[in-house]
Amino acid sequence: MVERTVRIGSTHGLHARPAKIFTQAAAASGAGVTLTKTGGKTVNAASILGVISLGIDHGDEVTLAVDGGNADAVLEELVDLLVRDHDE
Amino acid sequence: MELSGIGIGQGVALGPVIRMADPLPEPLDAPSGRTPAEEGERARASLGAVAADLLSRGERAGGAARDVLEAQAMMAEDPTLQEDVTARLAEGKTAERAVFEALAAFRDMLVEMGGYMAERATDLDDVSQRVVSHLAGLPAPGVPDPGYPFILVARDLAPADTALLDLGTVLGLVTSEGGPTSHTAILAREKSIVAIVGVADAGRLVDEDEIILDAENSVVVSGPNAAQKAAAESRIAARAARQNAPIRPGALADGTPIPLLANLGSADGAARAVELGAEGVGLFRTEFLFLGSTSAPTVTQQQEQYERMLREFPGRKVVVRALDAGADKPLAFLNDADEENPALGLRGLRSLRASEDILREQLTALANANAASDADVWVMAPMVATVEETRYFVDLAHELGLKTAGVMVEIPSAALLADRVLQHADFASIGTNDLTQYTLAADRMLGTVANLQDPWHPAVLRLIREVGEAGAALGKPVGICGEAAADPLLAVVLVGLGATSLSMSAPALVDVRASLARFTLAQARQLAAAALQADEAASAREAVKAVASAFPEPPEGLGSSAAPEPTEPQQTIPPREVLK
Repeated sequence: MVERTVRIGSTHGLHARPAKIFTQAAAASGAGVTLTKTGGKTVNAASILGVISLGIDHGDEVTLAVDGGNADAVLEELVDLLVRDHDE
Repeated sequence: MELSGIGIGQGVALGPVIRMADPLPEPLDAPSGRTPAEEGERARASLGAVAADLLSRGERAGGAARDVLEAQAMMAEDPTLQEDVTARLAEGKTAERAVFEALAAFRDMLVEMGGYMAERATDLDDVSQRVVSHLAGLPAPGVPDPGYPFILVARDLAPADTALLDLGTVLGLVTSEGGPTSHTAILAREKSIVAIVGVADAGRLVDEDEIILDAENSVVVSGPNAAQKAAAESRIAARAARQNAPIRPGALADGTPIPLLANLGSADGAARAVELGAEGVGLFRTEFLFLGSTSAPTVTQQQEQYERMLREFPGRKVVVRALDAGADKPLAFLNDADEENPALGLRGLRSLRASEDILREQLTALANANAASDADVWVMAPMVATVEETRYFVDLAHELGLKTAGVMVEIPSAALLADRVLQHADFASIGTNDLTQYTLAADRMLGTVANLQDPWHPAVLRLIREVGEAGAALGKPVGICGEAAADPLLAVVLVGLGATSLSMSAPALVDVRASLARFTLAQARQLAAAALQADEAASAREAVKAVASAFPEPPEGLGSSAAPEPTEPQQTIPPREVLK
């Protein structure tokens, strides 16, 4: 398993659209991916309801953990989505 | 009866009310006659069918609606939701009840979280309604179709409904819920649907009631009298005529040219803006080149993009804003520090200055693009607080070959010292959204203080006057590039305060152009004086409306009855604003 802790780049945090983009990618990766908000709970990263239930705001610290084949590449791709701003 | 809410856009509609059907009743919590496995199969089938339907609606709707609908489809097929439903089915509940309870639990959680998340609760309610009706074999809830034009009244519209509204029959939209950032408001704005959201008393409107929906004044008039109806009809006709009127350069009734420019976020919208009569670009945001990158694009890559846009505006002014990163638009390579108050942090010019190589590269790319095109490139720095910062930026831009360099006035300190800032800057451009945020200390992103985020506030207008007066005294152009410029009446006030050009999203150009043509410069100044004397944003707006309607030729669209479109002589406007 590989994991990394990053800060959220999206202006409005992980709400509808950024959460959708992130969850889609997590589900499509085929790997087991979890997202943990620092000081909060851990959810299945392929679950949009789980992800938005963390109430992640811009600048929040989260930890992404990936389990399965090709975990390093999946981690890179997902981290990139988390630090990016999807709201212009 | 008059009901108030938050108007979206400038439109007016008149017609009969049709209410959206009330939601289905809550499914009964009776024990199921089927096994949990059978119920699970039913739930999965309906959730899957609803997800597929939402996806296909998203495909048809396109644009922003598509993202929302895709997100809803993912919610219907969410693994966490399925686990929750399965657990409830194991207790012997029906599929209807289990899905309803599971979605309601997530919905309540979102509401508790408040803000943006709470506004997503409607999305889940809609999924729940759709799944429960599918399980019951009923048609999906949606927009009624009475076969004649009507004004739709609803609690709030699901994105699926707003996206596919038939604009031929839906004259307008009234919702009792939803704020200015709700999906309904965003989509109504995008599709130019006449709408008023957040009308708390909308429940008092019943089917077939005739109403006037006046988005410009944020009011719904139920059972209007003949005079009110005639006034509304003439405003609707005048607005339709404006949409079809030949496009002229922006000018006041006395011929004073006020160039009307477009705000653009990439080269893609340029052709459309020109079609709508943009005389140039007043704010070209450059963040799109940088977002999503872990490092800055090269000079050559940037130059290519800039040239692509400049080609659309031969002989015109294009004001480019240097990268505005930080706070609401963080970029990892500029500022990744966690700040307690990002709006007050290392953003705009401050962060560029901390990474001067990025600023130098951007200015170099712009200077190269300028040399390779016929457009007239002006460059400006975002978030300038001091005279020293002004000098720094202007000197650097000049040094790198850009001859017209200015600053954005978004921070009250820059407005208060505009006479000194403009000694050094070649022009100023006022960003009214941030200027309002900083003047009233009200976060733009926060719905709970949205009432303070009003550029009509006399404190904001007074700061704008400082800049306008300094510009006039020094012969330097003062533009406006915030949403305030898109408000047709406020646009005239801004000109009265000294703005020499106005920049806005392209669809707003039509109404602003028509509004400017109704007033002389002297009248615009009287309107500005009336606004400055008010205590509050609301009373400033009222005072200006009152003064405007007292002018000899009453402007239509401001509550007065049928006034003919004034016919002013065609003015010859120089093709581009010449810098004195």
